[in-house]
This record gives sequence, C-alpha cells and structure tokens, in this order.
Amino acid sequence: MTNPTKASTEGASSFARVQAGMARRRAAERRFKLLGRAAVGIGLLFLAVLLTSIVSRGYTAFWQTEMRLDVVLVADEIDPEGTRLVDTLHKADYSALIKQSLRDMFPEVSSRRDRFALYGLVSNGAAFDLRDRVMADPSLIGTTVSLWVPADDDVDMLMKGHIDREGPEADRRIKDTTLGWIDQLEADGRLALRFNTAFFTKGDSRDPELAGIRGALMGTIFTLVVTLALSFPLGVAAAVYLEEFAPKNRWTDLIEVNINNLAAVPSIVFGLLGLAVFINVFGLPRSAPLLGGLVLTLMTLPTIIIASRAALKSVPPSIRDAALGIGASPMQATLFHVIPLALPGMLTGTIIGMAQALGETAPLLMIGMVAFIADVPQGVFDPATALPVQIYLWADSPERAFVERTSAAIMVLLAFLALMNLVAVLLRKRFERRW
Amino acid sequence: MTQTPVLLVLLLALASAAYYFGCKRAFRVADGRIRNLHSLPGYYGLYVALWAALPALLVLGVWLALQGSMITRMVVASLPEPIQQLGPDRLNLVINDIRNLVSGNIVSGEPDAPTLAAAEYYRSLLGTSRGLLFVVVLSVAGLGGWFGYSKIRPQHRARNGVERIVNGVLIACSTVAILTTVGIVLSVLFESIRFFQAVPITEFLFGLEWSPQIALRADQAGSSGAFGAVPLFAGTLLITLIAMTVAVPIGLMSAIYLSEYASAHVRAIAKPLLEVLAGIPTVVYGFFAALTVAPFIRDSGSILGLDVASESALAAGLVMGMMIIPFVSSLSDDVINSVPQSLRDGAYGMGATSSETIRRVIFPAALPGIVGAVLLAVSRAIGETMIVVMAAGLASNLTANPLEAVTTVTVQIVTLLVGDQEFDSPKTLAAFALGLVLFIVTLALNFVALYIVRKYREQYD
Amino acid sequence: MSTQGQAMAFKLDAEPVDTQKPTVGRDVRETVGEVRVADPRVRCTDVNVHYGDKHAIKNISLDVGKGEVLAMIGPSGCGKSTFLRCLNRMNDTVRECRVTGEILLDGEDINASHIDVVPLRARVAMVFQKPNPFPKSIYENVAFGPRIHGLCNSKSDLDVVVESSLRKANLWDEVKDRLDDVGTGLSGGQQQRLCIARAIAIEPEVILMDEPCSALDPISTAKVEQLIEELRQQFSIVIVTHSMQQAARVSQRTAYFHMGDLIEVSETDRLFIKPRHQLTEDYITGRFG
Repeated sequence: MTNPTKASTEGASSFARVQAGMARRRAAERRFKLLGRAAVGIGLLFLAVLLTSIVSRGYTAFWQTEMRLDVVLVADEIDPEGTRLVDTLHKADYSALIKQSLRDMFPEVSSRRDRFALYGLVSNGAAFDLRDRVMADPSLIGTTVSLWVPADDDVDMLMKGHIDREGPEADRRIKDTTLGWIDQLEADGRLALRFNTAFFTKGDSRDPELAGIRGALMGTIFTLVVTLALSFPLGVAAAVYLEEFAPKNRWTDLIEVNINNLAAVPSIVFGLLGLAVFINVFGLPRSAPLLGGLVLTLMTLPTIIIASRAALKSVPPSIRDAALGIGASPMQATLFHVIPLALPGMLTGTIIGMAQALGETAPLLMIGMVAFIADVPQGVFDPATALPVQIYLWADSPERAFVERTSAAIMVLLAFLALMNLVAVLLRKRFERRW
Repeated sequence: MTQTPVLLVLLLALASAAYYFGCKRAFRVADGRIRNLHSLPGYYGLYVALWAALPALLVLGVWLALQGSMITRMVVASLPEPIQQLGPDRLNLVINDIRNLVSGNIVSGEPDAPTLAAAEYYRSLLGTSRGLLFVVVLSVAGLGGWFGYSKIRPQHRARNGVERIVNGVLIACSTVAILTTVGIVLSVLFESIRFFQAVPITEFLFGLEWSPQIALRADQAGSSGAFGAVPLFAGTLLITLIAMTVAVPIGLMSAIYLSEYASAHVRAIAKPLLEVLAGIPTVVYGFFAALTVAPFIRDSGSILGLDVASESALAAGLVMGMMIIPFVSSLSDDVINSVPQSLRDGAYGMGATSSETIRRVIFPAALPGIVGAVLLAVSRAIGETMIVVMAAGLASNLTANPLEAVTTVTVQIVTLLVGDQEFDSPKTLAAFALGLVLFIVTLALNFVALYIVRKYREQYD
Repeated sequence: MSTQGQAMAFKLDAEPVDTQKPTVGRDVRETVGEVRVADPRVRCTDVNVHYGDKHAIKNISLDVGKGEVLAMIGPSGCGKSTFLRCLNRMNDTVRECRVTGEILLDGEDINASHIDVVPLRARVAMVFQKPNPFPKSIYENVAFGPRIHGLCNSKSDLDVVVESSLRKANLWDEVKDRLDDVGTGLSGGQQQRLCIARAIAIEPEVILMDEPCSALDPISTAKVEQLIEELRQQFSIVIVTHSMQQAARVSQRTAYFHMGDLIEVSETDRLFIKPRHQLTEDYITGRFG
C-alpha cells in the first residue's frame, strides 16, 4: 500500500515493517506453492512415464509375425496306410513336412548348418498348427495347403524393429544369411504381422511366439472366484456382527484392532501362512487356485470388513429405529432394512478388495503358483498360475520377445483393474445416497 | 475331489426339504392358524434347515481338513520298517510317489513293490474315507434335521433360535480375522523355533554374513551356510529409506497442494490420477524398475563416471517411493483435512500467508497424524516384495551406498521358498524366521501408527 | 450524533420528534440513522455480497470511527458476520463468495487489485467466535503474528511484545509463569483473551470480533467485555454479537442488520431506547430474533 496518509496513523511503524517484509514473504509463498505444484507434477509424471513405458514396450505384442507356407501334405508321410485313424494322424511327423516346405522355398540351401538356421525361421508351434488343420479336415491329405504359421521370435523381433540390422553380425541373433531369406520372404509377401490370437488363447510356453496368457487368466479367474465366494460372505457377516450386534467389550476391541492391523500386514506373510498351514497342515494341493483363493481371502478380508462397516455406519439410525419401532427384532431390522441399504457400499468395498487380490503376486509365489504350467487349468484343483505371477515369470525370461509380452500382459492386467475400479465407481455413483 | 460338490448339493437339498417340512409341521401344530405360533412359520422351517445343514457342514469341513494327513500317517505306519527309517526328506519323496501313483500321475522311475502296496493301501483308505464321509455327513444332517423338527411346538421360539444361530455364525465369521492372526503367528513361530534350534538366534540377529546355500549332501564342503541377517536388515532399511525420501516429501507436498491450493477442478482431476499409482500392482512396478529405471540409472551413472550396479538399491527404492506416494498423500490429505477450519481462520485473520498458515499452524497441528501416516508407509515399504524381488537382486551386501546392489528380507523369503522346499533344512526354515521378524516389525509399526492416528483424530473430534 | 460532530443521517425526514414510537415502517429497507462519522477509520459504500446465487449483503454503507466500538446486532443469518468478514477480506477464503462495493480503510479501497490481503489483515485483525488458539505454547501463540510479519528483530523485542500484548489482554498475571504451556490447555475465557492478545500483538488498527463471547461463561464474558472497553483507547473495534445487552454494554454505536439489509445505525443508547425503525423495535423488544 502506498498511501501517504498512513504515515500519520499510530500503526505506522509496525505497518511499515509488515510492508517491508512483503516481497520476501510473497516470494516464499510462491516458492512453496511451486513446490506443491512440482510434487503433484512429479507424481503425475511418474504415472505417465510408467504407463508410457509399459504401453510403448507392449503394444506390439498384440501382433505377431507369421509366415505363409505352402505345405505339401504327402499322404505317405502322414498316413501311409490310409486308415485316417485319429491316433495315426495325431502321431504323424508334421514338422518334417514344414521343413520340406521351407526347403522347397529355398532350394539353394544345402549345408547342414544353414538348413538348421532355415528351419529356425518358423516356430516350433507350426507343426501343431498344421496337425490341428489336418485333423480337423483329413481330406486335405494329398493336397497342398497354404497356411500362416507363427514365425520364430527372432524373426518377429526383427520385423518389429527390435533387432538392429546394421550391428556387427557376431552380436546379432540373426545372421546375414538368415537376413537375406527373411528379406526375400518379405518381398514375396510371405511374412506379415497379424493379430496375435495365440496370446489370448494359449497357455504359457518356453517359446515367446507361442506363449499366451489364457492359462494365467483362467488361473486368476478361478482364484478370484474362490476369493470372492469366501471373502464376501465372511467379510459382510463379520462387518454386520461388529457394527450392529457386537457388545462393546475387550474381545470386540481386540477383533477391531486386529482387523486394522491385518489390513497392513505385508502380503508375503499371508503367503507364509498359506504355506505353513494350508499346505503343510491341511495338505491342500500346491499351486491350486483353491489355495490361492484361500490365501487371498484372508488377505482381502480386512479391506472388505472395513469397507462394509463404513457402509453400515452410513445407514442412518432412523432406519433401524423405524424397523424396531414397529416390532421387528434387531436381527430383522438389520437383515431386511439396514443391509439392503448398505449393500452397494459393501459391494464397492468388495470390488476394491478383489482388485487388490487380482494384482497380488507375493503370497502366490509362496504357495507354488509360480511353476511353469503350459496347460490351461480346468478347475480350482488344477495347478495354475495367475496373471501377475505370469508377468513375474516372463519378466525373468531372457528372450527379448518376452519383454513385449510381459508388457502386453501388464496391459491386460491393468485393463482388468481399470474395469473393476470403474464398476466400483459407477456403483458408488449410482447408489450414492445422501441422508 | 468331485464328491465334495455332490455332498454339498445333497446337503442343500436336505436343508430345503427340512425347511419345507419344518414350515408344514409348524402349520400343523398351529392348527393352520399362524396366530397360534410364536414365530412366523418360515422361521420354524429355517430352524430345522439350519439344524440339518450346519452340523453336517462342520463335520464335512473338519473331515476334509484332516483326511489327507490322517491317511498319510496311516500309510506311513504301514510302510516296511526300512522305509520308515529314512530321513524325513526321503520319506517325503516316497509319499509323493505314492500320492502320484494314487492320482494316476507319472512317477519318477519304476515304483517298487512296497510303494505299490502302499499306494494300494492309500487308495483303499481314501475310498473308505470317502464312503464313510458320505454316510457320516448325511446321517449327521438327518439327525440334526430330525432334532430340529422334533422341537417344533406353537410356543417354541423359533425366531429367537434362528437368530441365536445366525448370531453365532456372525460371531464365527468375525473371529476369522483373529484366527488369521493366530495362524500367522503360530506358523511363523513354530518354524522359526525349529530354525533357531539349528542356528542360534544371536547369530541370526547379529551375524554379518548371509549365505544360506546349504550343500546338498552333508559331506560337501561349506555345508553349514551362514545365517547372519544383518545385511538383509540393512538392505531393507536402505531401500526403505530411499523410498521414504522420495515418497514423503512428494506425497506430503502434493497432499498440501491439493487440499490447500488447488482449485476444485484441478483437485478433481489430479487426485484420482495420483491414486491410480496406488492401484497399480506391485509386480508392474517391479518390471518397470528392472527394465526401465535400473538401466536408466546405470546409464546416467556411467555418464557421470559412477559405477552403478545393474540392480541398484536406488532403482528399487525410487520405484517403491513412487508406489508409496499416493499412500502418503491420501493419508496426509485426511489428516490435513481434519485440522479444524478455525485454526486456518485464526492464522489468515491475522494476515498469515497460505504457506505460513500451512507451515506454522496446519503442519504442526497435523504432525502426529502425519507421523502416523509415514509410519504406515514405512511398514508398507518394509513388507513390499515384488519390486525388490525383481529389481534389488540377491547379493547380500552390507553397504550404505545406494548405487550398489543390496538384498532385503522379503527378497530372501521369496528366494528361499520358491522352488523345492525341504522342511527340515535351515535354509527353508530361515525364511520363516525372516517372516517372523518382518511380521513383528510391521505389526509394531502398524500398531504404533494406528494408535497415533486414532489419538490424533480424537483430539479434533 | 453529538460525539462525532457533524454526522449525517440518510432519512432526515424520518427523524422522530420525541415520540417513543418508531416512525419507519417494516417494509422500508433503506438504512435509518447515522451511517457516517466525521473521521472514519473504515468507510463502506454500497457493499454487496453474493454467495453463488444468494444475495447475502445488500447495498450496505457504514462507517467505523476511530477509537469507537461498533456493535452489529441482528437475528441469525442477517449477514452481520458476512459483513464483518468483508472488512479484512476473510471472505476471500470462501469459494463462490463475491464482494462488490467500496470499502475504504484510511481512505484506500481494500478491494482494489493492488492491495495485498496479508498487510491488510495485519491492520485489520480478527477474533473469532470459538476461541482458536494454535496448538502451540502460549508464548508462541502471541508471538505468531510478530514473527510472521517480521515485527521484532530480536528475541528480547519479541519478549516485550508478548508481555505487553498479554498485559493488554489482561492475561499476563494468569499465564506469566506458564508461557510454555500449550495454549489449548487454558480455560475458554483465557483462550479467547489469548486470541485477542494474539491479535493485538501485531498492532492492528481495527480489530474485528465475531461473537467473541458466545462460547464463554458469564464471568469470562465480563472479563472480555472489560478488555474491549480498554482496547478502545488504541484500536477501532467492530463486534458482532447476538446479545443486545452486550452491545449496549460495550459499544458506542450499534448497527442493526436484518436479512442482508442494514436497517438502522445509531448511537447505542439511542438505538435501544428510541429505535427509529419498526424492525429495530421488533427485534429489541423481542418480537423476533
């Protein structure tokens, strides 16, 4: 303030001092605000970097380089006796046919070493694709079929530009001769990036181009079904008891403190519990989704109980009074009047708990859901792995092609998480009630 | 295992039948007039149904839980003397073979006669057990139903009975949490005690060397291994410290900014976005740390002429800090928001600027709550597993240099327990001892933190 | 308005001639009485406040004289607190609140764009309804203002300011031996006097008090009222109260607010004895409020 009349007033001296300090204080204020803004900015930057790094590494995994082969289905090779028995068809040497078709395309390749390299262009899975094709339609035998088979992961990486063509040959996973073949194949239109269905339909594999998340996904689904089936009723029942019926005494205090503490116990400790109690004492099968579900139930239970109690708390006492006032028993008031009103909140809490369980890895490592399992599990007793564990396993694999698959699996996992949280948010919005 | 669902369906059917007959009988004893009954007929039905189902379910659960170990014990007892004399790990192999034979899986090598006999015995025991289970469960259900049925009289207080039972079930559900804690304590405690019989507790707590590589055979060189956990504690602390250095200032400042400065609009966007960080699974952070952050730090280090390990504590700590930012920020946000508006008014009313109000009034007032939040975050960081497993490495270095690789308690638990385990080797048991330490430390931290936060809230309620 | 010399009244034609009955009807909303004083510390002209769609303060013009205690009374929700908060721009902290009109402090518009609220609030300090000492020691509470405003260069200066402020607030004798105790540990009345000490430590020109005694017992109230009387020597004081007795005891002038309108301003004695507006009479005779 630059008011000359100020000089005459009695607060002048202190006011002048205040005025004198203002520049410094405003600067401090700006700095502080800037710090806050920077903090939020850094947080958001972290998020952006994290998501970008995952997506930019992973989106290519949804496409897979495939190679078009013309395979002569020589009847003598597949089914010399012409019986067309399923067993015979199943056992035939299809990879020989595939190799033959490769040799046909590159007749000039003769040395043993080169041929080996040539066969390596195609994935090991190509023979299985061919077999499935033939078994589905045995009349194809004797004809020449043209089919797309997955290319080897190195070819895939090259096509996606992850392998540097110009680098010294010795450091490259693809040598110059092979490069030549690949270029020729590409020029012939025999190499193309196509949508990677195997990623969604197959189980795990040692070969990146054959590895899919179906097995892990089913494992996760079975695990979560068990978790949901156990933790929702248990959690709601516990919350109802603690919030509505429990007397205030030391025992319920103990339960309460205990639940709050359990919510913050590291998840790996629940894994130790599962290992020592469920496997060693009760003899439940290792690696089974049932076991995973039990462990995750114990882990998510505190979350669900705390959320459900909050939901019950938000139902105004007037509802209970109204029910009690017309002669309902406390149990009836709770079951028929309070719980229905609290249900959306409880469901929201449960979904959030499930989302937590979905992303959980450490306890599953403890109970053996970390083994290499190529088969897709069919039930809660089959050995299985889970999506986050699959991510962990793939992240450990040395092949370059697993990096993009890991990122892609992460994208799928994050998509599921986003979906669950979205449902929770919508549920909350839809049923949100202000009393 | 398919019999269990069948049994459950049967029990459900029995319970429904019990409900139906219970209702009918209630009508009959009341001469068709509900007014004569103490409770609504449905409650009589429920009463009978609960009597039919609950005891049977209890029997079923206990039976299934104990079946496996009981049968195994009986089979082992039937094995020839020399096999029983084998060490526990060899015996386990035999048992595994037997189990595999029973379930029709491929067995390692050609099974010998005693194993085959044992497998046969196992199978027959299992068959008996299953048959017996059917009979016992169904008869318990029948008896229970009959008991409930016989109690129906007009003046019988069925609703109160049902409610007592439901109340009992609710209490049972709420004790699951207690049982979990007890289970955790017992499981880690027992195995830890076994561990401390092999390795003195003082060596474990104060030893400076950690190399749990136990030789496969007892006569192999260096078979003892070293179980001094200090390097693990130090590594855990180092990474936690780095994580806190990242998370506490950023989390706290963003909470302050969002609650005191940001417009409603910015807050509505930035807050949920920051919370996304909390919802991302830790395995994703681990992958990010190992593949993006660690190489980045190593490369930046080499530009600066620093020698950075490819699995540096810095990378793991940094990413862990990232993960904990929203945790700190939302807890501090709650704490800051519960500082009464009157204190802000008081400061503003005397001409304090926003930052002066925050630093000199709100922050000191909220300090206990913030300390509680930070303690919770520390406990979270100590127990965090996947990030360190994937990014921190296994080398047990006793160092304070964040550019070197260190290992943590959780990493070692995972390393020791993933793969084949033998429950009598100190190597496996050491994991439980580490688990015990982890549990005690985090429990203490949580306890103190929750206590502080609760006291803090009471102050302003 | 004899004490303030040449005061002017808006509604001269409504001036009652020694009748006891108010002459202005209930439906009239223009201000009756002497809104202006000769030597104002604060002069407000046509102040309006909107909260979103709500028109909380309507066209209020009012002066605060030097060395006077101005009481503002009226039924709850009449806008007296909102108006008080305009005087040091505390409404800035409330979102959706819009203030228009002119408020001059020593002739300068406090709502002008170049005015910083921080030094403004150092000149117009505020004491709140509920005692709100900071959760710090008594000493630190009083030292808070001087510290943030940089009024003292040394610890000994600060000691002097703290002591004199506590003395002025009639609190020194009660707390001088426990200056390091937490301020929140004092009794309600002591806390409120601590808040007043905190406000006078920054030597403001005006002290705004928003129902300062409503949370206090009668004895504490009496002490605070006595304090207000003493402080009048040095500061202009504007006090919002819903106790008419309190207004009558502590103030020289009283303003009566009704639903966002300033109904009547007079010397306190006159307002309570011979209200000129029917609404004022309704209120002071307890017909509503």
